[in-house]
Amino acid sequence: MSKYETVVGLEVHVELHTKSKIFCGCSTSFGAPPNTHTCPVCLGHPGVLPVLNRQAVEYAMKAAMAINCEIAEWCKFDRKNYFYPDSPKAYQISQFDQPIGQNGWIDIEVNGQTKRIGITRLHLEEDAGKLTHIDGGFGSLVDLNRVGTPLVEIVSEPDIRSPEEAKAYLEKLRAIMQYCDVSDVKMEEGSLRCDANISIRPFGQEKFGTRAELKNMNSFRGVQRGLEYEEIRQAEVLDGGGAVVQETRRWDDEQGKTISMRSKEEAHDYRYFPDPDLVRLHIDAEWKARVLASIPELPDARQARYIQQYGLSSYDSSVLTASMKLADFFEESLEHTNDAKASANWIMGDLLGYLNANNLELDDVKITGQGLGEMIQLIEKGTISSKIAKTVFKGLVETGKSPQRIVEEQGLVQISDEGAILSVVDAVIAANPQSVEDFRNGKEKAIGFLVGQIMKETKGKANPGLVNKLLVERLNA
Amino acid sequence: MSVFDLRLSEIHNRLTHKQLSVTELVEQSIKRISDTDEKIGAFLALNEEGARKEAKALDAQMASGGERGLLFGVPAGIKDNIVTEGLRTTCGSKFLKNHDPIYDAAVVTKLRAAQSVTIGKLNMDEFAMGGSNENSAFRAVRNPWDLERVPGGSSGGSAAAVAAGQVYFTLGSDTGGSIRQPAAYCGVVGLKPTYGLVSRFGLVAFASSLDQIGPITKNVEDSAYVLQAIAGHDERDSTSANVEIPDYLSALTGDVKGLRIGVPKEYLGQGIDPQVKERVLEALKVFESMGAVWEEVSLPHTDYAVATYYLLASSEASSNLARFDGVRYGVRAENPTNLLDLYRRSRSEGFGPEVKRRIMLGTYALSSGYYDAYYKKAQQVRTLIKQDFDQVFEKFDLIIGPTAPTPAFKLGEQVGDPLTMYLNDICTIPVSLAGVPAISIPCGTAEGLPVGLQIIGKPFDESTVLRAAHAFESQTGFHDLRPALS
Amino acid sequence: MSITIKDVEHVANLARLELSEAEKEQFAGQLNAILKYAEKLNELDTDGIEPTSHVLPLANVMREDAVKPSWPIEKVLLNAPEEEDGQFKVPAVLE
Repeated sequence: MSKYETVVGLEVHVELHTKSKIFCGCSTSFGAPPNTHTCPVCLGHPGVLPVLNRQAVEYAMKAAMAINCEIAEWCKFDRKNYFYPDSPKAYQISQFDQPIGQNGWIDIEVNGQTKRIGITRLHLEEDAGKLTHIDGGFGSLVDLNRVGTPLVEIVSEPDIRSPEEAKAYLEKLRAIMQYCDVSDVKMEEGSLRCDANISIRPFGQEKFGTRAELKNMNSFRGVQRGLEYEEIRQAEVLDGGGAVVQETRRWDDEQGKTISMRSKEEAHDYRYFPDPDLVRLHIDAEWKARVLASIPELPDARQARYIQQYGLSSYDSSVLTASMKLADFFEESLEHTNDAKASANWIMGDLLGYLNANNLELDDVKITGQGLGEMIQLIEKGTISSKIAKTVFKGLVETGKSPQRIVEEQGLVQISDEGAILSVVDAVIAANPQSVEDFRNGKEKAIGFLVGQIMKETKGKANPGLVNKLLVERLNA
Repeated sequence: MSVFDLRLSEIHNRLTHKQLSVTELVEQSIKRISDTDEKIGAFLALNEEGARKEAKALDAQMASGGERGLLFGVPAGIKDNIVTEGLRTTCGSKFLKNHDPIYDAAVVTKLRAAQSVTIGKLNMDEFAMGGSNENSAFRAVRNPWDLERVPGGSSGGSAAAVAAGQVYFTLGSDTGGSIRQPAAYCGVVGLKPTYGLVSRFGLVAFASSLDQIGPITKNVEDSAYVLQAIAGHDERDSTSANVEIPDYLSALTGDVKGLRIGVPKEYLGQGIDPQVKERVLEALKVFESMGAVWEEVSLPHTDYAVATYYLLASSEASSNLARFDGVRYGVRAENPTNLLDLYRRSRSEGFGPEVKRRIMLGTYALSSGYYDAYYKKAQQVRTLIKQDFDQVFEKFDLIIGPTAPTPAFKLGEQVGDPLTMYLNDICTIPVSLAGVPAISIPCGTAEGLPVGLQIIGKPFDESTVLRAAHAFESQTGFHDLRPALS
Repeated sequence: MSITIKDVEHVANLARLELSEAEKEQFAGQLNAILKYAEKLNELDTDGIEPTSHVLPLANVMREDAVKPSWPIEKVLLNAPEEEDGQFKVPAVLE
């Protein structure tokens, strides 16, 4: 156990999935050829002016409310001035001292404990463009398609105490944004990005240690690994009698370490001032109420409901509600079966297992909640066995056909006709005199072999209960 | 009377009665420019071919009959900080010497709709920073009344072109007096509308909270026509006011009886040329004779306006001009060793001294630790200055004073002394800070040089400003004086 | 408050301007004169006075979230000093 306590605050950027950019009509869609989603406004041509996208404001309000922020009655936009090729105007339109949301929180769960993480602020701003380094680093190409995509920056309090908590916070934040339907929140596409401030201090010390700012953590795992690396690095520095330097460090995922971005970093002086091209925003009670009403049931509420309504465990509910799509899938299945526990087990075991094993998302496979629910119903009715259901499930995932159809097409209906099973039982008994002999001599195990042979003969379709019953009757006859 | 002195209404008359063709008008304008512009230097780019083509098309249209607007076929010039698609727009800066805009400013679209013909782009102080036009990166403009003198600035080319009869009207931009002061120096009519009346979309920003586009014309009636064409809400400009646009022409009744005029004592105090003061007092007598009443008033914070303005405008400019970085457009320094070198050299080679000075001032005023002392303080004083106007306008319909403290000064006279140069704007800057409309009209001469009378109105009350200005010029005829240019 | 050459250098760096020694001297002098002149604002008590960033009392100017056509790539790159593969080209960020 380390003698240091880790202190982390996260700055998370979430791209809002409006159709058009925050200050012009260009599309925000991802993956277009470079600079084809640009116009004089987002290119920062001389003479252009920004006009605010109402939807971006409403998404930001929604996001702020969902993380329990107080919403500003009045706010404004400011210019953050800095030169960089990804910023065509050489200033970013952001919010400096009057953010849309302040003083929020979210609850996270780590090791079965619930913990509240404070949120300092949420503000609305525009995204920057993309640089690609070429010529072995001697040049860069500038693509401005992403410039002007609306972003919210969510700054947490330094309430996070471990890399796991950081990961849990990030996952919770992603789930909330997804539930609110304000963002695609895909780290790999950059619609969710995370920087971290991390410091350590001896347990019991009140004063924060000197912090490092961590950048370039492009996955949830990257965030956790980067922080894990950094807490060890800082402890080593302190243990070696050194002092942690306040600096920006880049996480290198391949090398698995953080690297100082020494860049003769001049002290940043962004010279914020109110953007004279934009007017103030007045968020009145009526507007607030309208946006609030559009926020759906959030993960915490849904989790509580699953425990209460379906009798699921807290853990199972949290897994199911971690992603809104998964939770919706679960609920869809329950329109076709009443066995919530069975559905939860299939989802958490077989479905998530399949997705993880193949590195897929729910959207990538064809199974629907309805399919799963109907399949569970077929098991309940005895049409298929749980064993056969595994085959049906594979068909659901791969083909998206209805379970009935899969069962019919592949002839998977369970054989429950006593006469039909008996004839197989008799044939197997006749063909395996040694096993019959063994059984009668008290080797109980031999029955397993005989059952296996019967199932093999029936291609697994025989009702296992009936097979057992009839075989024992015959052997004891 | 020469064809260059015709009013817009007379041109319209002749065009509709087929006594004149658009082609003739355009050819005369082009010839006049080629005859006079070597001396004056008002134009930075000419749209000869385009204008001729347009003239031909308009003449064909005219032949097919129908109603035409008042600006139909009228040759116009546009200040070079208003972008014109495909027509070089330099802002008077070396940085943009090769810049071909890829879109039209809102006012350009409006003029196109009104079917006036753009003859070319007009010289100006670089990025509209200056009051003498000596800050143009290409050449200084000269005053048609005296070629040794400055035309004023920053819309010096726009004012000189109208004074020299090169085009019938021009568009200028005014941040702290850049339409009114050159109009005064050149003996023409320059109107700065209320902030928010005319769209700024496509006006290359100097100080966004102050910039306004307005017309420069030979008389008030023409000013009303042009304003009518360019005013109005634009959804591409968030600071554009959504107000109903009145019929400005119907305001020109000639009647100023009972109009209450406040005359700020601060505008006629120290530093005002005695002859300028005399012309203003004479003008007030004219108003009196027409039944208006005037009284001395006070705008107590006038003395703080210049400092307030230079802090605010330079701060905004330092940010507005940051986009000129040599990445997407403009001039790039040769063989930059790295990105920082590219930025520094492109900007240092591309900008002139006045622009650099203001970027430096503005950057300093916004920098960490100074924001409250300079920028915020100036914004607060701006509030006090605006309140000065609000208070006077509670009792008065108009405020009248000089446009500039002196007539046009000589070229080179004030170069190297920025502060003195800044103080030329003492009468126009407070008006810009308050965002209210004002017009400069000729009110006589001093030593043969035109003197401008500034008539200031309530927000969005351009009608009263135009009415008073029109009544005055009908009564006096100073606007008919012309420079003795060949 | 007096502006030193060092201040001028710092501000020039923020503004990405490269100044000659002569320009630094000149700007230091001129900026000092202008700022000294601006000090007269301190004669005014502005405690509690709202700063004006806009003369018009406008609020909530917004547009609907509708996609409009972007500009053709030829226009986007028309004035570019240097381009490659449809992108603006710049030299290395660091030396």
